[in-house]
Amino acid sequence: MLPMINKIASSIAEALADTADGSTVMIGGFGTAGIPTELIDGLIEQGARDLTLVNNNAGNGEQGMAALLKTGRVRKIICSFPRQVDSHIFDGLYRSGKLELELVPQGNLAERIRAAGAGIGAFFTPTGYGTELAKKADGSPKETREINGRMYVLEYPIHADLALVRAERGDRWGNLMYRKAARNFGPVMAMAARKTVATVHDVVALGELDPENIVTPGIFVHKIVKIDRVATQAGGFKA
Amino acid sequence: MSYTRRTKDDLAARVAQDIPEGSTVNLGIGQPTLVANHIPASREVLLHSENGILGMGPAPAKGMEDYDLINAGKQPVTLLAGGAFFHHADSFAMMRGGHLDICVLGAFQVSATGDLANWHTGEADAIPAVGGAMDLAIGAKQTWVMMDLLTKQGQSKVVQHCSYPLTGIGCVKRIYSDLATLECTPDGLRLIDAVDGLSHAELERLLGLPVQAPAR
Repeated sequence: MLPMINKIASSIAEALADTADGSTVMIGGFGTAGIPTELIDGLIEQGARDLTLVNNNAGNGEQGMAALLKTGRVRKIICSFPRQVDSHIFDGLYRSGKLELELVPQGNLAERIRAAGAGIGAFFTPTGYGTELAKKADGSPKETREINGRMYVLEYPIHADLALVRAERGDRWGNLMYRKAARNFGPVMAMAARKTVATVHDVVALGELDPENIVTPGIFVHKIVKIDRVATQAGGFKA
Repeated sequence: MSYTRRTKDDLAARVAQDIPEGSTVNLGIGQPTLVANHIPASREVLLHSENGILGMGPAPAKGMEDYDLINAGKQPVTLLAGGAFFHHADSFAMMRGGHLDICVLGAFQVSATGDLANWHTGEADAIPAVGGAMDLAIGAKQTWVMMDLLTKQGQSKVVQHCSYPLTGIGCVKRIYSDLATLECTPDGLRLIDAVDGLSHAELERLLGLPVQAPAR
């Protein structure tokens, strides 16, 4: 008999135990929605260093990604919007040259992540053409091409070793559903990483997720950890 | 003759006046968000938020905030009946793919031919942050800018060539400002309307640029 597929991990520590130094780690979330805070805390505890992070932002306040940056274990961050009113930990590290920044327009970020998951070698996008963000890190221009009278920039996929995703509900095959705008980068990041770890608030039996409504099919997910929900009056996530 | 600037709410109402029934619109962070308050309830307009919402509704009642349901400015919002959630790659496909009718953005500078600079002042110690600005600027069928016409120092924010780093080239169709509404064309600026008492000559003086008479 074949072994039963069971992607449910008993703890975050177990799910993240094999994270190697030098990993590229995608972290889902946008604003307060979908940030896998518990997994970020787990990564801090696990201790991997020399990390490259991929996220829309670069941490807020002292918690979550900001706390991870503060450990000094992050070498580089790829994001679209690092500057926030409370991004002082990023600001300090960036200004002192201790953290490399690759700034990517948000849609190019999402599509580069999607492309990695979809096996696309590179793609031409109109976003950023003629701007400073159509330059490589060394300042040389990225490849451009005119297609049907419009100018495009060649952008490459962003692959990751690990994706940390906050979902709502999942099963032991790794199928995931999300909640409201907390979906954001989760589905594309789950596709782009060699290993995807998701937290959920409910683990349900196979067949209980409506197959018409599964957003991330289990093939993209490797470990699921159940965490508690802190609900607001409206039933949602509490900031 | 003297003239009065449009207030922020007047300006938001002026933008809202031009948003047609049935259109899909993305309102940028900051001042453009105000436009939502001026779209008449009788006019069905679908609001898109870059973080994966179509059919976004107004802010929730106090105590009913759900931090899984926020707008691009990270403020709690609601979802209208019929609204939908989707992931980031789909959300930006809606922009880049030309599915959005209108986006309204703030700006540091706009050139007479519609180049937009709104993401970075270019100062050496400034931390750059672009977010969805470049995708929005070139993606929507029409990109409108909403801003004061002059800086606090009285310099025109509408310029021949942007001195700030560009967000997109030739992408702005209209400029809605506190003093005038202008169209950006490959041949330069064309007047749509100006506040009462602001003469065409005075507007051109403030801008330091020629402005064509309104299209008939």
